[in-house]
Amino acid sequence: MKAIEIHSLKKIFGDKSVLDNLTLDVEKGEVFGLLGPNGAGKTTMIRTVLTLLKPTAGRVIVWGHDVASHPREVRQVLGYVPQEKAVDRFLTGREHLLLVADLYHLTKSDAQNRIGTVLELVDLADRADEVVNNYSGGMKKKLDIACGLIPDPKILVLDEPTLGLDVESRIRIWDYIRQLQRGGLTILMTTNYLDEADQLCSRIAILDRGRLAALGSPEGLKKGLGGDRVTVQFSPEDDRLEKLAGSLKQELPFISDVKVSAEDHALEIRVASNEEALAPLIQSIHKHGKPILAIQYSRPTLEDVFVTYTGHKIKEDSALL
Amino acid sequence: MNKLIQETTALTMRSVRRLARERISMAFGLIQPMLFWLILFGNLFQKTAQIPGFQAPNYITFLTAGVVVMTVLNSGLSGGVDLLFDKESGFLERLLSAPISRNSLIFSRFIFVMAITSVQILIILLVAYLLFGVYPHSGLLGLGFIMLVGLFFGLGLIAISLTLAFAIKGHGNFFALMGFLTLPLIFLSTALVPLQAMPGWMAFVAEFNPMTYAVEAVREVIIGGWFWGDMLKILVILLVFDAVSIGLSSRVFHRQVG
Repeated sequence: MKAIEIHSLKKIFGDKSVLDNLTLDVEKGEVFGLLGPNGAGKTTMIRTVLTLLKPTAGRVIVWGHDVASHPREVRQVLGYVPQEKAVDRFLTGREHLLLVADLYHLTKSDAQNRIGTVLELVDLADRADEVVNNYSGGMKKKLDIACGLIPDPKILVLDEPTLGLDVESRIRIWDYIRQLQRGGLTILMTTNYLDEADQLCSRIAILDRGRLAALGSPEGLKKGLGGDRVTVQFSPEDDRLEKLAGSLKQELPFISDVKVSAEDHALEIRVASNEEALAPLIQSIHKHGKPILAIQYSRPTLEDVFVTYTGHKIKEDSALL
Repeated sequence: MNKLIQETTALTMRSVRRLARERISMAFGLIQPMLFWLILFGNLFQKTAQIPGFQAPNYITFLTAGVVVMTVLNSGLSGGVDLLFDKESGFLERLLSAPISRNSLIFSRFIFVMAITSVQILIILLVAYLLFGVYPHSGLLGLGFIMLVGLFFGLGLIAISLTLAFAIKGHGNFFALMGFLTLPLIFLSTALVPLQAMPGWMAFVAEFNPMTYAVEAVREVIIGGWFWGDMLKILVILLVFDAVSIGLSSRVFHRQVG
């Protein structure tokens, strides 16, 4: 059994299709990341898994239970950490956890035990009896995560867990996620921070306008782009870069692709491996009598993966919304 | 069943804990009806009692019933506010993602708001007695009946408030609509003046306002009468009002939260 199975999931709001034929599985014990800009359908997918939205078509099975026909069983195995810091500023941290424990029908003694464990994990034990109004943004997020962990869920769902947090809090939260994964918890998270996905996720799905654009491990996806990238920049007087691109491709077998960027007067070259590629490449360009202005060598990043599969960048400003 | 009780208790306790920490807003909520309506309005409009056909001994006695029911109106119509803010803060998502009966969200609101409203009614009656010597002439039974009318009227109002909290986008719109609804409901009822003193069309509209019935019922037991037939009729009217509002509310609610 998979932790989550999604078969041909469709969601339409009015006449707007938000999820289009989405099929994917989340394995038990993995940290699965949903990546995409705002409006890609991440939150809609998460809300469907959480039984907060009904699928228009298709099936979603969570821990063996269908979200449409057995929502209560599904809710029982999930812990949820919403995107907003969903806390009540008039309650103390401990009162939040007690409330959640009652909503999951824990007995008094189980509740006490879980609350102790969870407060320990997120380092809030000494501030637990303070009203949340006094908490910093990072502490509120920690409490949020603690609430998600109270029911001792099979799957923890995190919606943008580090959105709007300072660097230190982000790193703390990354630590918790790693720690939880080592403990065997399955985690489904959304993010539009590529570095976060790269650091934490065993596998990621890139969503673009409601479709699954790519699926795989961060490493696998990066390798799948066909090697490293060399960007060679020429002086603006050098036109006819297309011709050079064509010749290079013919002459050097380790080149898998060459793109001409006219406005930058540059060539973007994909090569199998830099150790063997760089020297012959420079020699070859030199032979064609083109002076090199600058040369840059890089390994593919998740950003490159994203651009390749969606045709556009993950907008930096969308992360601020 | 045990689960439902556990959930409902936990959600109700949340409201109680909040209230205990929002003392200022609690104090104003209690003082406002007394200061504004009972004392200022009551004194300002004393001469209303001289209108021919006016049945109460003085205007304050007449107005006390109005103030009681207006307080029910205000508390009831703001019964959905907390839910509205939960919706906006994302807290509602957390509640709804838990394996709880959706009804416990509604029940906990009813219990909490009605408990608060009952305390408010008791305090208003106490102040009316201490300051103006107004008390229900029908005794303890009458007092119990006033609480019952408050409960029946309040139930439907909370349901309306919850419906709007779910259906309306943004708390700005919600409060605008509440402000728009509240005063006409008060003026088109017998809370402040008797039917006989109203212009014809207003008196006509007031007869369809459930608030009129709640006010008349409370007023009768305060002034002294015990008219079983009237009381029963009024309770039935209020129950119909409850049934309609709750029916509407549960449709909107279940469409929103599944």
